[in-house]
Amino acid sequence: METERPLQLDDAVELNPTHHFRWEEPQRSHVLLYPEGIVKLNETAAAIIEAATGAASLGAAVTALAARYERADLEPKIIAFLEDARAKGWIRVKS
Amino acid sequence: MPKDGSGLSLDGLGLPLWLVVELTYKCPLKCPWCSNPVDFERYGNELSTEEWKSVLRQGREMGALQLGFTGGEPMLRRDLEELVAEADRLGYYTNLITSGVGLNQDRLRALKAAGLKQVQLSVQAPERELSQALVGIDVFDHKIDIARAIKAEGLPMVLNVPVSRYNIERTREFLDLAEEIGVEYVEFANLQYYNWALLNRAELLPTKEQIERSEAIVQEARRRLGKKMTIYFVVPDYYDNRPKACMNGWGAIHLTIAPDGTALPCQEARLIKTLNFPSVREHDLAWIWRDSPAFQKFRGDSWMKEPCRSCDEKEKDFGGCRCQAFLLTGDAANTDPVCAKSPDRQIIDGLLGCAKGERSAGVDKLVMRDISKRLSAVEPGV
Ligand SMILES: C[S@@+](CC[C@H](N)C(=O)[O-])C[C@H]1O[C@@H](n2cnc3c(N)ncnc32)[C@H](O)[C@@H]1O
Ligand code: SF4
Ligand code: SF4
Repeated sequence: METERPLQLDDAVELNPTHHFRWEEPQRSHVLLYPEGIVKLNETAAAIIEAATGAASLGAAVTALAARYERADLEPKIIAFLEDARAKGWIRVKS
Repeated sequence: MPKDGSGLSLDGLGLPLWLVVELTYKCPLKCPWCSNPVDFERYGNELSTEEWKSVLRQGREMGALQLGFTGGEPMLRRDLEELVAEADRLGYYTNLITSGVGLNQDRLRALKAAGLKQVQLSVQAPERELSQALVGIDVFDHKIDIARAIKAEGLPMVLNVPVSRYNIERTREFLDLAEEIGVEYVEFANLQYYNWALLNRAELLPTKEQIERSEAIVQEARRRLGKKMTIYFVVPDYYDNRPKACMNGWGAIHLTIAPDGTALPCQEARLIKTLNFPSVREHDLAWIWRDSPAFQKFRGDSWMKEPCRSCDEKEKDFGGCRCQAFLLTGDAANTDPVCAKSPDRQIIDGLLGCAKGERSAGVDKLVMRDISKRLSAVEPGV
């Protein structure tokens, strides 16, 4: 199996095109819809996905999230979550 | 349906997240394992376009997100494109579950334009001859053309292989074919033995060795193909010692509407003849889901008998499948006999002892899905 290089701060990521991410009022949460699946995201997970897929780089996303949550130590947690999201096929690195 | 390994353990807050609409039971194919009722021709009174639209609207109001269009063959409904468009407008993630018959380049484009998100295409054999023997008509080349067309349209595609002892030895050929077409998801779905499959169970059930060989080939392909292809392998529950967590629980997240408007907690449930299922023609969906006696019947765990009642695994598998309990033990409230703790497990072990093993040609003992054949066949029984 090909091994991917780890995510880096100057990478930009996007949602996998088969996936849809949105707020669902009846569940009162963000959901990710994809072939054969539904995932409900908690608030933090949704905030990271939103920031990461909306920013020009992961570095910019980390800065924005640090400001929003007023914490400076979030980077490793954010990157670890995004690695996991990439492994699950939710997001991919923009080429 | 949610795939094995999709990590689906959802608390839907009691909402029917997963809606499946069986637009028709009609189908030109004659799969001898078809999960449709053996008396499918009795339910010919299909919902109209407007009735289906109302179901879609009500489902969405209740929070449904995933929507499967299936049947029978859903392509036989000329209003499919219109229904997909309405579903997409309402905000569903729409899946088409099809044999490929009735699908062509034009309709595929129209469906995509209407907002279709995914296609699940069933492929019963990796070559023409076996395909024809198993489904009763010559559709193999068309299926492969359609698979390529779906791929060309850029729609995500699941190749569904209904696995029996007639095709399980072809695992490698299926994978080669899928790889050559460029399919992203392949699902080897070992048959579930209800309805037509139950009628033909003795002929269809593979042996444990066959399943292990097939699974080993799948493992090897997963290593080799990595992210290029996701391969699901749904093991036949008969060979397990715990039941499947059927539907994530009765009336928990899943709602099926049959062609005639009958609302069901799963696609097979109308075979439980002791229950009366409500119709969308007579009741609104919210009442059906929340309050109807049929949907309440096995919700939660207060209905459970021993050994499930005092079992610490009941949160995990909900006591298994109600349909299987009904078919094999006569009481839908019994523990699924697949469970090693069930007093009825010997029924399953007896069946496994009779599994016939490798078989490459000759399908003459199969009762094909065909009205005339069914009438002369014995009623399905234990
Ligand atoms: C009943 S069919 C209806 C849609 C369409 N006619 C088709 O075959 O794709 C829905 C799906 O169930 C699968 N299927 C049919 N009978 C089954 C059984 N007894 N166990 C497991 N899957 C089954 C089919 O392969 C198909 O993917
Ligand atoms: S499983 Fe086969 S017979 Fe049944 S609806 Fe699908 S294609 Fe038709
Ligand atoms: S006894 Fe019932 S709840 Fe316990 S594992 Fe078996 S089926 Fe599941």
